[in-house]
Amino acid sequence: MKKTMEIRWHGRGGQGAKTAALLLADVAFKAGKFVQGFPEYGPERMGAPITAYNRISEEPVTVHSNIYAPDYVVVVDDGLLETTDVTHGLKEDGAVIINTEKEKETLLPFLHDYKGKVYTLDAKSISMQTLGKNYPNSPMLAAVVAVSGVMEQEDFLKEMEASFRHKFAKKPEVIDGNMKALELTFSEITKASA
Amino acid sequence: MAVRERLSGNEAVAYAIKQINPDVMPAFPITPSTEIPQYVANYIANGEIDTEFIPVESEHSSMSAAVGASAAGARTLTATSSCGLALMWEELYVAASNRLPVVLALVNRALSGPININADHSDSMGARDSGWIQIYAESNQEAYDNFLQAYPIAEHKDVMLPVMICQDGFITSHGVENILLVEDDLVKGFVGQREPEHYLLNPQETLAVGPYAVSSYYMETKRGQRQAMINARRVILEVAERFRAMTGREYGFFESYRLEDADYAAVIIGSAAGTCKAAIDQIRNTTGKKVGLLKIRVFRPFPEEEIATALAHVKAVAILDRSEMFSATGGPLGAEVRAALYQAKCGAEAVNYLYGLGGRDITVDDFCQVYEKLEKIAAEHRITDMYDYIGLRGV
Repeated sequence: MKKTMEIRWHGRGGQGAKTAALLLADVAFKAGKFVQGFPEYGPERMGAPITAYNRISEEPVTVHSNIYAPDYVVVVDDGLLETTDVTHGLKEDGAVIINTEKEKETLLPFLHDYKGKVYTLDAKSISMQTLGKNYPNSPMLAAVVAVSGVMEQEDFLKEMEASFRHKFAKKPEVIDGNMKALELTFSEITKASA
Repeated sequence: MAVRERLSGNEAVAYAIKQINPDVMPAFPITPSTEIPQYVANYIANGEIDTEFIPVESEHSSMSAAVGASAAGARTLTATSSCGLALMWEELYVAASNRLPVVLALVNRALSGPININADHSDSMGARDSGWIQIYAESNQEAYDNFLQAYPIAEHKDVMLPVMICQDGFITSHGVENILLVEDDLVKGFVGQREPEHYLLNPQETLAVGPYAVSSYYMETKRGQRQAMINARRVILEVAERFRAMTGREYGFFESYRLEDADYAAVIIGSAAGTCKAAIDQIRNTTGKKVGLLKIRVFRPFPEEEIATALAHVKAVAILDRSEMFSATGGPLGAEVRAALYQAKCGAEAVNYLYGLGGRDITVDDFCQVYEKLEKIAAEHRITDMYDYIGLRGV
C-alpha cells in the first residue's frame, strides 16, 4: 500500500455515500491505520450530488483539503456519470468502481478516455440476493477494499462482522445477509478483474 | 493509558462535555454545530450525565439562559454557529462584562449572505471584541483538548471570563479522524468542580448581576475586563502546562511549525494549518527552501509580543485570514499581526491574503504558491498584491 491512499466517493444525498466513507474510515481505523472520512456538501437535499472522501495512511494525516487526484473513485449511482466527470484527476494507476446494472462498455463513453482500470459491480443485485433489499453501501465498501487493497480482505470481514453484531444487536437475523453481501462482492470483483 | 478512537470534531467535543458533566446546557440547533447538543441530549436521555438541558426557542435565549445559569453558580455551556452566534450578540457582551465563565462550543461557519453553511471565521471574528477568550483548533484532537482546558481557564479567579472553543465547520466538525481521548477520572480531576466566589443562589450573600452602570462605573468595569484578559495569558499557559503533564500534548498561544530557521512564514488559524504543514514538508523535502508556519491557537487575548518574537527572523510573512472585515484592506488577523510586527520594529515584509470564505477549499498547491510569492517579495522588496484573495475564480 502507498503511504497515503486517497479515495473519492460520488453519490446522491440520501444514498449513503457519506456513510460508506465513514464506514471505510471506521474499519481502516480498527485495522490500525490513520484515517480521515469527510463529506463535501452542496445544497442539503435528497438526491443532490454529493462527494465524500477518505484518506487512509500509515502515518498521521494533517491535510484538510478535498481530494483532487484520488487513487480510487467509487460511483454509487451510475446516473451521475452523465453530469459529473467522475474520473477527473483520478490517477491512471488507480481505478474507478461503478455501481451499475449496465454493461461496462456502455459506460466507457462517460469516463473521458480514463486510462486506468474500470470495475463495475451490480450492488443492487448483490444486495437483493443477500438481504432482499437494495442497500448498495456494503457491496460498494467491499468492492473498494478488494480493488484498493487498503486492508486484508480477512481483516475487513472480521471487523465488519464485529461492527454488524454491534449495530444489529437487536436484529441478528440480518447479520448473515450482510456478511454474504460482502463475500459475494469479493468473488464478483475477482471475476470482474479477470 | 489514553483511549485510541476515531471521532468527528462534533463527536469529540460532545464526548468532552460528557466527561466534564457540566450543570446546565441551553441550546438551539444550527448547522454545523447541531450534533453537539444532539449528542449531549442523548447522553442525558441515556442517564450517562445529569446536565440540565434547556431546549430554547432561539440563540438569543440560549445565551440568555446560559448567562442566568452561570450567574446562579452553575457550570454552563452552549453550542452554536454562524447566524446563531449573531443572534447571541447582545448576550455575548453581557456574559463577558458580568464575568461569567460560560463556555461556548463554536463550530465556525460563514455568516449570511449569501446564505452558506460552510466554514469560515466571519462568525467568531465578528465577536472578537465581545470580551470572550477565543481558542481555535486545527484538528479534532485539538478541538477536544481545547475544550477540556476551557473551564480551568474560564473559572480561574484571576480570569472569570467566558471562553469560545472554535473549530472549522464540516472540515473538522463532520470529518472523522484518529483521536486520543483522556480517561474519565483524569478529566474529572483536571477540570475539577466550579467553586464560584459570588453567585446568585448563595443565601449568605445577596447580589445583583447586570445592573445599570453610570459613567462613573462603566469604564472601570471595562478596565477590569481588560485586566482579566491580561491575567488570562498567564492562566492559559498554566493550564496548558497541566494538560501537558497529563497527556504529553503541548499547547501555547500558538504552534510554531518548522519556523525556527524559516525565511518565509505563513500565519494562519484553524484546520487549513494542517494543509499548510503538508506544503511546508513538501517544499523543504523537494527544494530545501526554509519555509515555516505560525498557527494561532489563542486569538483573544492576542499574544502580540510572542508573535513578533517568533517572526523576528523571517524575511517575509503571509498572514492568511478566513474572514473579511471590509476595511477595503485585509482581514482581522492580518491587521493585528502587522500591528504586532510594527510595534516590535520587525523588518519582515508582510502580506495579508484572504482564503476559504464560505468553505472555498485551500490546497497544498495553494500554500506552495503563497511561499513562492513570499520568496519573490523578499527578493524584490516590493509587494504588488497586498490583499489578494486565494483561489478566487475568474481572476
